Amino acid sequence: MDRGTAENEYILSMEHITKVYSNGFVANKDVNFSVKKGEIHALVGENGAGKSTLMKVLFGHEQPEEGKIFFKGKEVQITNPLTALDYGIGMVHQHFMLVPSLTVAENLVLGMEPKKQGLFDYKKAVEMTREISEKYNLIVDPEAKIQDIPVGFKQKVEILKVLFRGVEVLILDEPTAVLTPQETKELFAELLNLKKAGYTVIFISHKLNEIKEICDRLTVLRNGRVTGTADVKDITEQEISNRMVGRNVMLNVDKEPAKPGETLLRVKDLGYVDEHGKEVVKGISFGVRRGEILGVAGVEGNGQREISEIITGLLPRQTGEILVNGKDLSKAEIREIRSSGVAHISEDRMTYGSVGDATIEENIISERYYKKEFNKKGLLDFKKIKEDVNRLIEDYGIKCDNKDALVKTLSGGNIQKVVVAREFSSGPQVIIANQPTRGIDVGASEFIRKKLVALRDEGAAVLLISADLTEVIEVSDSIIVMCDGEIAAYFPDASLVDEATLGEYMLGLKRQSAEEIGGVYHAE
Amino acid sequence: MILENIFSAQFVYSILRMATPLVLSAMAALITKKAGVMCIAFEGMMLFGALGGVIGSAFTRNVIGGVLTGILFGVAVAFIFAYFVLVLNANTVLTGLALNTLGSGGTVFILYVICGDKGTSTSLNSLVLPSVNIPLVQKIPVLGPILSGHNVMTYLAFLAVILTYLFINKTAMGLRIRSVGENPQAAESVGIKVIRTRFTAILTAGVLSSMGGIYMSMGYLPFFTRDMVAGRGFMAIAAQNLGGGMVFPTVLSALLFGGAEALSNVMQSLRLPAETMQMLPYVVTLVALFFVGGSSDRGRRKKRREKK
Amino acid sequence: MQSKKIEQRFQVIRMLVAVAIALVIAFLLVCFVSETPAATMGNFLFGPFQSIRRIGNMVEMMTPLLFTGVSVSIMYSCNQINMASEGAFFLGGVASSYIAVTWLLPVGIHPFFCILAGGLVGSAVCGIPAFLYVKRGALPVVSSLMINYVSLYLGLLIINYIIRDPQAGYLCSYEFAETAVLPDLFSKTNVHFGLIIAIAVLIFGYLYLNKSRWGYSIRMIGKNPAFAKYSGMNVFGTILACQLVGGFLAGMGGAVEQLGMYNRFQYQALSNHGFDGILIAILAHYNPKFVAPAALFLAYIRVGADIMARTSDVPVEIVSIIQAIIIIFVAAERFLSGWKHREIVKASRNELAAKGE
Repeated sequence: MDRGTAENEYILSMEHITKVYSNGFVANKDVNFSVKKGEIHALVGENGAGKSTLMKVLFGHEQPEEGKIFFKGKEVQITNPLTALDYGIGMVHQHFMLVPSLTVAENLVLGMEPKKQGLFDYKKAVEMTREISEKYNLIVDPEAKIQDIPVGFKQKVEILKVLFRGVEVLILDEPTAVLTPQETKELFAELLNLKKAGYTVIFISHKLNEIKEICDRLTVLRNGRVTGTADVKDITEQEISNRMVGRNVMLNVDKEPAKPGETLLRVKDLGYVDEHGKEVVKGISFGVRRGEILGVAGVEGNGQREISEIITGLLPRQTGEILVNGKDLSKAEIREIRSSGVAHISEDRMTYGSVGDATIEENIISERYYKKEFNKKGLLDFKKIKEDVNRLIEDYGIKCDNKDALVKTLSGGNIQKVVVAREFSSGPQVIIANQPTRGIDVGASEFIRKKLVALRDEGAAVLLISADLTEVIEVSDSIIVMCDGEIAAYFPDASLVDEATLGEYMLGLKRQSAEEIGGVYHAE
Repeated sequence: MILENIFSAQFVYSILRMATPLVLSAMAALITKKAGVMCIAFEGMMLFGALGGVIGSAFTRNVIGGVLTGILFGVAVAFIFAYFVLVLNANTVLTGLALNTLGSGGTVFILYVICGDKGTSTSLNSLVLPSVNIPLVQKIPVLGPILSGHNVMTYLAFLAVILTYLFINKTAMGLRIRSVGENPQAAESVGIKVIRTRFTAILTAGVLSSMGGIYMSMGYLPFFTRDMVAGRGFMAIAAQNLGGGMVFPTVLSALLFGGAEALSNVMQSLRLPAETMQMLPYVVTLVALFFVGGSSDRGRRKKRREKK
Repeated sequence: MQSKKIEQRFQVIRMLVAVAIALVIAFLLVCFVSETPAATMGNFLFGPFQSIRRIGNMVEMMTPLLFTGVSVSIMYSCNQINMASEGAFFLGGVASSYIAVTWLLPVGIHPFFCILAGGLVGSAVCGIPAFLYVKRGALPVVSSLMINYVSLYLGLLIINYIIRDPQAGYLCSYEFAETAVLPDLFSKTNVHFGLIIAIAVLIFGYLYLNKSRWGYSIRMIGKNPAFAKYSGMNVFGTILACQLVGGFLAGMGGAVEQLGMYNRFQYQALSNHGFDGILIAILAHYNPKFVAPAALFLAYIRVGADIMARTSDVPVEIVSIIQAIIIIFVAAERFLSGWKHREIVKASRNELAAKGE
């Protein structure tokens, strides 16, 4: 890039950024990203495309292996968030950095409190809040406590907080993810105001209609690389979608065509409202048949996680019915759900899937330890357990010294193998696999996909939720697409679908008729 | 007969007397709580404060010298707590427990080294804090005998309440302490040093708590006796809990506990089962815990959902 | 695996360093007080082994600590900082004293009911903080401290108004019935039958916590409750159950101590056995297997300090100082962690080098 002429135009540019995490994962590869002064610049990409890493580098949370950052034409070293703030780069996180019991004004001035005679001058703080809030037309009640105001207002406070610290570039990390449509509209008006006032905004999102609505330019990331930078007006939503979800690699999963049998998992009118009062799952119905892998495609945060956790009992069941093999499990405890033949690979490997501080053996027996076959004379039958565990370690190729190695000492791929060794060896009829290969090495991923197909062939019903579209297409027999808590499309034959088509449904550009979608319920 | 005792001005006076160390340590507990530190080391701080007061006043022949030495002793315990918990990442409860053990054994050890007695410091000839008669107030009929004539530390305790309130709610440091206690990431993101802020809070608490201890050996009694704090540090935590983390309800709880103690003394002298009264503060706390629950956060979320 | 070994070695070394620091500080204090520090320290360190009686003293002192050590190991294994074993020990002793004084039962059966009563009362005492946590989310740290004092005063109330011996010149119960007292095991010492019960408890604790399905779920819940829930375990039920079991053992300990060591209940204050149990459980890494050596160690420095106090000017309270120093250094995660980190880095570098060749 020619910086000489760009000096006035580009307020910020990141050049040749490469970031490799300590586990070898390349999150950013030779990324160039430049933002013009006074624009709203969208940073688009699927989950895991490297958007967050790039912004973490910019905001000083991470240090890149290679690359330089220029701010107002000068090279800068951003070693932590505070230096970023000092330069005038501020970030509004998805998880708000606010103190709930303090008022809006107190949160705003925290760390740079106005004082009078040694005491904190609350009146002045309120005044300052009112002033800045009026200046930018971000109206908040300075004396309300954070815990009492809705999410949309909290976000305003966050934006005011960075403005108050004198930033010129605002990074907003998926700001609309937590907002209602009305709040989103308000936010957009505010952002356009800020733009008018000369501020630069980096807007991270996957919602194409929003980008079309307020952004000037955009940069698309895929697999850690930039796949395009363009003026929003010159590019169609179709093109954006193609650049976001292009094919990554050929997976070549060998499998016979599915021979689906009766419906093993049936979900009817499932609804869920989260703790913020947001309706995340909106009364959806579907069925998964014996010998079938039903893939679930969708941008993260559209209800997929909730569906998997409601079915498996981790989240409270609110409305709707869940039937496994004809048995109503809508009110069952987790142990009953599991003993009815449901296996669960959680997307959160370290929180739910495993205990880092326990051994491989202890991790593998967690859902079966209480059964008769593993107990003898009131004690655990360690001989039998040892045999089983050693066999699983061998069958699943878990690389470790022995069964007594602590799980936290294993690599990510091997930890996930411990998880699937447990979940797949319990004779499951229904497998809920949520991001089963996320963040693990190619070998382990391939192994897990093969196992899923093998279990399908043995007659299990598999629900495969994955952010990796290639995986969804290649491993699944049929596919549903989730968008905004609803099923947007159903494809009975996964082999006839491509990423671009899925992308259109995922991003809400298209939607099938109720009749087409209804096919996934497999009504008798 | 018991009613006569309770409704006397003398009894109300004794509540204030009993409550003084509790009020001081409850304020200390409140400050650490606000900073998000579960400190249970107040027994240790109070014991060392009490011993320090006696030693200091005996050797400097000066009440102020005694108070300062006591504070120094108590703050030393607070410093060890803060250093191990904040810098060496030690478990707060275990560290607190250890320092209470140290307080119990360490004070007796020092006492023995200095005056050759393992029970009391009577041989030391230490000083006591003066009592203060408030000129005009003491002439008011009922209120006079209640409010006037207390140990100076009792007045300081109530001054400390006001100062604590101002400190937590009206100073920048108080604001920072609260933010660090509630959402340390948020505080850090705006440049507040979490460890330094917590350190400040713990040391401040150390000062207050050791003043409570000093009162024990230079006011409540005129000498130090082994384990003289007798659970008051824990009771202060209970008062803080019962007060829901707010200054004035915490003081009320401390007064309630002081009242229960005073009542148990009365009952003892009347040969009634005083243990029931001694038990009362703790039972009240347990009942309150049952109704309030632990995480105020949980209740709050529930309330919000109900609103919807 | 390399790093796991280093981790384990590190734990042991940190404990030894903590003990060493404590003993060095103790020695400095002794030097400060005693005219003949070397001899005094010698008495402290070697005195406990110098006669059968003293060895017996150690075993006597260890016996109740085995109960509370196992009790706390079980309760803390599911990550509940429940300190009510102190109150459970005290009130368990009171309950057993009540049965020992008021019931008429034959030899052999009488102690059984006394100890059972102690255990049940102990369960109740430790169960209340667990109940408050499970049902109301109140952390057991505060509630268990409160319940300790309730136990103390409730116990004193029972002694004072129900089974107080007015003939005695101080607050104590009537003498226990002959039938209730636990017999001594060896002549020349007061080591009593309670030791056998304690060993049984030790074995029970080991099997329960390390070898049974209940113990397995307790440990998993302690390490990661989200995982336990995901696996289908009853998290709250297990937490409650293991506090009840732990409380039962502590209460039993209180009962056994009364019936074995005394002929009437005469505590006026909490006895600290429960808090000692916490120290022992920490030293034992919450593993009943290591409770015996940890309890023996504590009994050893207690007896040593006793001897030292009797033969020199050093007060016995030096034990509390030693104890406090050991706890805070063992609890300090980052203490010596730089050393551990260097070892791990060195090990992985060696491993890489070995592979490279």
